[in-house]
Amino acid sequence: MYKKTDSEDILYLKSIIPSGRILVGKEISRDYAHDELGGIEKLPDVLINAVSEEEIAKVMAYAYEKEIPVVARGSGTDLVGAAVALEGGIMICTKLMNHIKELDEANLTVTVEPGVLLMDLQAYVEERDYFYPPDPGEKSATIGGNISTNAGGMRAVKYGVTRDYVRGLRVVLPDGSIEKIGGKVVKNSSGYDLKDLIIGSEGTLCIITEATLKILPKPAFSVSMLLPFLTIEKAIEAVPEIIRSKASLTAIEYMSLDTIISAEDFLGKKFPDTNYEAYILLTFDGNSMEEIEKEYTKVAQLCIDMGAIDGYFIDTDERKKSVWNARGAFLEAIKASTDLMDECDVVVPKNRVADFIKYSHEVAKQVGLRIPSFGHAGDGNLHIYLCKDGMEEKVWEEKTKKAFDLLYARAREYGGMVSGEHGIGYAKKVYLNRQVGERQIALMQGIKKVFDPKNILNPGKVI
Amino acid sequence: MNIIVCIKQVPGTTNVNIDPVTGTLIRDGVAAKMNPYDLEALELGLQLIKKNGGTLNVVSMGPNSALEVLREAIYMGADGGVLISDRKFGGADVLATSYTLCSGIRAIGDYDLIITGKQTTDGDTAQVGSELAEHLGIPHIANVRKAEVKGGVLECVYQLDNKIYTADIAMPCLICADSGINTPRLPSFKRKVEYGKAEDRIRIITFADIEDQDENHYGLKGSPTKVEKIFEPDKKVERKMISGTDLASKTYDVLKAHKFV
Repeated sequence: MYKKTDSEDILYLKSIIPSGRILVGKEISRDYAHDELGGIEKLPDVLINAVSEEEIAKVMAYAYEKEIPVVARGSGTDLVGAAVALEGGIMICTKLMNHIKELDEANLTVTVEPGVLLMDLQAYVEERDYFYPPDPGEKSATIGGNISTNAGGMRAVKYGVTRDYVRGLRVVLPDGSIEKIGGKVVKNSSGYDLKDLIIGSEGTLCIITEATLKILPKPAFSVSMLLPFLTIEKAIEAVPEIIRSKASLTAIEYMSLDTIISAEDFLGKKFPDTNYEAYILLTFDGNSMEEIEKEYTKVAQLCIDMGAIDGYFIDTDERKKSVWNARGAFLEAIKASTDLMDECDVVVPKNRVADFIKYSHEVAKQVGLRIPSFGHAGDGNLHIYLCKDGMEEKVWEEKTKKAFDLLYARAREYGGMVSGEHGIGYAKKVYLNRQVGERQIALMQGIKKVFDPKNILNPGKVI
Repeated sequence: MNIIVCIKQVPGTTNVNIDPVTGTLIRDGVAAKMNPYDLEALELGLQLIKKNGGTLNVVSMGPNSALEVLREAIYMGADGGVLISDRKFGGADVLATSYTLCSGIRAIGDYDLIITGKQTTDGDTAQVGSELAEHLGIPHIANVRKAEVKGGVLECVYQLDNKIYTADIAMPCLICADSGINTPRLPSFKRKVEYGKAEDRIRIITFADIEDQDENHYGLKGSPTKVEKIFEPDKKVERKMISGTDLASKTYDVLKAHKFV
């Protein structure tokens, strides 16, 4: 049992955090009771808007001594309940720690506080002709959150995921001690890689207070292409062939017409083409237009041979905006199209994407649920949404359980994993368990115990 | 129906440098694109053709590099393009530009409708469309949000200030499309492969091809507007981290040094 925060705790916390940045009980907005998952709500007892590592260290030292649970939170945009204070206690929000501390052009790194928003980081480096490749759809997420879920995004096909861009971290451990892990070095064979353990640990091992991230020189040119197909099956069947063509692609996304229409309704803006059932969206980047042209010609021709109606160029800021804004709004659009939804963020081997999508259509029919989907076809990560559409609570629960059981079982069969980029949090624990088995869960629990022997950091999550 | 859509090649980004000596935009080496407002005009035209049949040609005035935007328009669905290009046309202001376009369009032949975009992203005057109509002596409407052919006339919905009007306009006429009225279609890979450089679909009109041979009506000579100076607004953003102790007074010193307090 955790200690319930009492007036003495609050008095102490108020002595280290100035008023205005510490909120208690009813002062805390309902927004902090949930993330974007929906269906699970719990307010923390105390909310602290931290501005420094020292503050976090002091709060953790106190919480550790008193055994008060603590949850770290960024923008709260996660989809698995990871940023919800299931046990109440203290929530440390890092959104005010939003400074970009250093751009090191000799080492090609940028050092940031955890509350810097992904969109601000991307804009900051791009203004200086650099490039931070991880590109999840949710641009208002914090970097701390991106690291905690090992966020992936649309450019993973060519550039990899957040993990590939984290060089060093400063963290506060559950007992309040501060550790610097990794650094600006490119290579590192110095013992167990704690940094990689922390990435994707969803705030269960420590709280990230600073991150040194790898950046790249910005590619001079980038062109996207939208390829319409008559059916979703035809579209996704083209993907393995695109990959096999050895073309250098940054992104391979697939989208269905109903998802595009939802995004149009949600944004109040028309998509450039809505005449076909399904679309593949490709991005090419490079340092010369000739090089890009060669690549897109090869791939477009291949897709047309595979049944694409045409290939439409997305080569200017306005065109990129009209397509990528819609792509970025898919999640919100599907959410707005129903009263409640739940999601499945499985990742399967790339050659199983088409089979899995087809299977999700079968599940939709079999269970009797609307299940729209879109996803990163090029890296096997699919976003599949179960929509409640006004059905009774009990029926909804039964149907989602049945659909999830079927989908995750099939993903396992294909050699896939429970989550590609959203994480496990609270909502997917049971499926992680089924996937990796007792032995691996025991290893994870052992690691958790070494970092957090009193289990005060984000309890009830991941394992 | 025969439609002409006026298009212009503009710098591909808003971060354009200005030559400190001549005070003109440095266009060399900067990626170029079709003026985004013209894309909406072109989309409006292509939709009218789809409904009513006919042909759509695009017209642009500019250097040879502007052939790129004519090709792009053809890849989007235009039937052909005309480039009005001559050294004598260079340095034109709004008056000379609209007069040159008028001379070029007269040399092309018959049309039922001319469509222009609202404005360009590099000049921003939003006057060329209306002036072109005046030179051609045809009726025109600006800020058009919808246009439909009805009983031989063009029914236009347009916006002036906060009011939406509907008016019929006799053809031939000119309309300036308002901004944000549609999402322009994307250029087609198939059309690009089919038409390539589209040489047989693009015609170039030079000074020698136009009727009015008075050089004083074109280019810098025909431009009463004299630009004294073009300068870039200062948009430098600096970030300075202040750390350690006594932060308030250190911050105050920085603000004072920059004359914010």
